[in-house]
Amino acid sequence: MSTGAHRGTHPPLIELMLARLREFVREPEALFWMFLFPIVLSVAMAIAFPSGAGQAVRVGVIAGPHTDALRKTLAGSKDIVVRELSPDDQMRALRNGDVHVIVTGGNPPTYRFDPTREESKLAQLVVDDVLKRAAGRTEPWQAHEDLIQVPGSRYVDWLIPGIISLGIMNNGLWSIGFMTVQARLRKLLKRLAASPMQKRDFLMAPIIARLAFLGPEVAVPLVFGWFAFSMPIRGGIVSIAIVSIVGALMWGAVGMLMGSRARTFEAASGLMNLISVPMWVLSGVFFSSSNFPDVVQPFIQALPLTALIDAMRGVILEGSTLVSIWHELAIMAAWTVVPFAVALKIFRWR
Amino acid sequence: MELAVRCQNLQKRYGDVVAVDGLSFEVRRGECYGLLGPNGAGKTTTIEILEGLLAPDGGDVEVLGRRWKTDEQELRQRLGVQLQETQFTDKLTVEETIRLFRSFYHRGKTIDELLGLVELEGKRGSWVVKLSGGQKQRLSIACALAGDPDLLFLDEPTTGLDPQSRRQLWNVLTRFRESGGTVLLTTHYMDEAQTLCDRVAIVDHGHVIAEDTPKALIASLGAPKVVVHEGTLEDVFMSLTGRHLREA
Repeated sequence: MSTGAHRGTHPPLIELMLARLREFVREPEALFWMFLFPIVLSVAMAIAFPSGAGQAVRVGVIAGPHTDALRKTLAGSKDIVVRELSPDDQMRALRNGDVHVIVTGGNPPTYRFDPTREESKLAQLVVDDVLKRAAGRTEPWQAHEDLIQVPGSRYVDWLIPGIISLGIMNNGLWSIGFMTVQARLRKLLKRLAASPMQKRDFLMAPIIARLAFLGPEVAVPLVFGWFAFSMPIRGGIVSIAIVSIVGALMWGAVGMLMGSRARTFEAASGLMNLISVPMWVLSGVFFSSSNFPDVVQPFIQALPLTALIDAMRGVILEGSTLVSIWHELAIMAAWTVVPFAVALKIFRWR
Repeated sequence: MELAVRCQNLQKRYGDVVAVDGLSFEVRRGECYGLLGPNGAGKTTTIEILEGLLAPDGGDVEVLGRRWKTDEQELRQRLGVQLQETQFTDKLTVEETIRLFRSFYHRGKTIDELLGLVELEGKRGSWVVKLSGGQKQRLSIACALAGDPDLLFLDEPTTGLDPQSRRQLWNVLTRFRESGGTVLLTTHYMDEAQTLCDRVAIVDHGHVIAEDTPKALIASLGAPKVVVHEGTLEDVFMSLTGRHLREA
C-alpha cells in the first residue's frame, strides 16, 4: 500500500478551493444571477439615464372638455409630457411619481405637487414658465445657454462604481455566508472538524476562490458603462483590480463571520441584512453620503462599503493611485483581518 | 496487550439530561468493538467524545495512547471517522470528494486504492447526489479510510441500508480488519454486532450494563425456557432490561 509523500492530491487549501469552485459552477442558477445582476442593473441605468437630452417633466391634467386648451398649451413644450387623469386617479398618480405635478385649469391655474420632491418642484417651475408665456408674459431678455455635459461628473458615472461595489458586497456576503450555513446543516462541517484539515484553510478557501469570478463581475458593468455612457475609466486596470480584490476579500471575510455561528438560513440572512441594508443607504451607493450630518460622518467613513465605494470611485473616476487611497485600503484591510480572525475563533463546527 | 481506546468513568450531560453516566470500556488493538444499545443510550455522545468532537464533563479518555488535549493533530492524522448523518456536497463527484479528504492526510492510500476498497470504481465520476444510500455510506467509509487510519470510528454505519448494502459495507470493514485495523462501532442491530464484533458492550442509560464476546453474552442467558430459536444479542438485552432493543 502506498504511503508517504505521494498523496496524489493538491495541498488541502487548493483542494478546498477547487471543491468550492466546482460546487459553484455546477450550480447554474448561482452563476446566472451572479452575471445577470450587473447586466440587468446596467441596462436599467441606460434606460433611466438616456444620454443626450434631459428628461421631460410629467404633468397631469384632469380629463374634461374645459381642459383642452390647457392640454394643448402644455403639450406644445418639448420639456413636458402631458398625462390625462381622471379625478379619482390624481392623488395616486402623484404619489407613485407617474406625474410630477397636476395642473387644474382656471385663471390663475392651480398646481398640486409635493414640495419635498425635487422633480415636482422642477416640474412646477417648468409648467409655470410655459403657462405664463402662453398668457402673454413678455421676457425682459433671453439668456444665452452654454450647455455642457462632462463625462465623469454625471450621475450615471458616479453610480456605476457604486453598483460594482454593491455587487462585490452582495456576492461575498451571501455566497460565502450561505455556503457555510449549508455545510453546517448537512453536518459536513462536523465531519471536516473530525479530520486533520486545518480550520484556517477551510475558512480561507471560499474567500480566495471567490476571486475567480471577480474579473467578469467587475468588468461587465465597467465595460457596459464605458460603451453605453462613455464613462471615463481614468485609473489603471491594475489599481481597479487591486481595489476589487481587496474589496472581495473583505466581503468574503465579513460573509464568513456572518455564517460562522448561524444554524439556519433565516438566522444568517437576518444577520446579513442587518449589516448590509443600512450600508446601502449610508455608504453612498445611490446618493452621496455627505447628505448625512457631520456627527455621523466618522462612523460612515469607517464602514466597509463606504471605504470600498470611495476607493472604487477614486480609481475609476479620478484616476487615483493606490497610494492616494491608502486610507480606504487600510480600512478595508482591517475589515478583512478582524472579521476573519473573529470568525475563526467563534466558528461553530457542529 | 496495547490498547486502542481506554475510557474510564465518562460523564456527559446536556442541561438536565444525563447522556453518559460513568461509562467505562477498553478497546484492544486489532479488535472490532461494538457499542450496542437503543437510541438515546449515549452511544453517539460517547463515540463523539472519543473522536475529540465533544469534551466530556468528567472521566478519562486515551486514544492510541494519546490524549486529545495534547496530541490533537497527531490523533486526527491517525483516526478514521464516519459520523451519522454527514451529507457530502451534492455536486462533487465521488472521486473529488475522496480526493479532498485524502489531501488532509500526510500518509495514506491512493485515490484508486480507496475507490477499489469500497467498490466505488464504477461511480468515480458520479455526483454524490446521484448515489444510493449504500453507495453514500461507502463513500463516507472511503473518506474515513483516506489517511490509512490505525483506528476507525463508525457511528451506526448501516442504519437505513438495505440488506445487500449492509453486506457490502461489512465486507469493506472485514478487509480493513484483515489489514490490521482497529474498529469501534455503534449499532442498534444485534446481527451486525454478532457478525462484525469481537467484543460488545451493551449500553443503556449512559453506562455499560454488560460486556463480553457476542457468543459469551448469548451463552450467559442460560438455557432458554422454550427453545424457539437460537439466542441472540436481542435476547441478552431483553433479559437485562426487560425491553426490546429496537423499541427501547
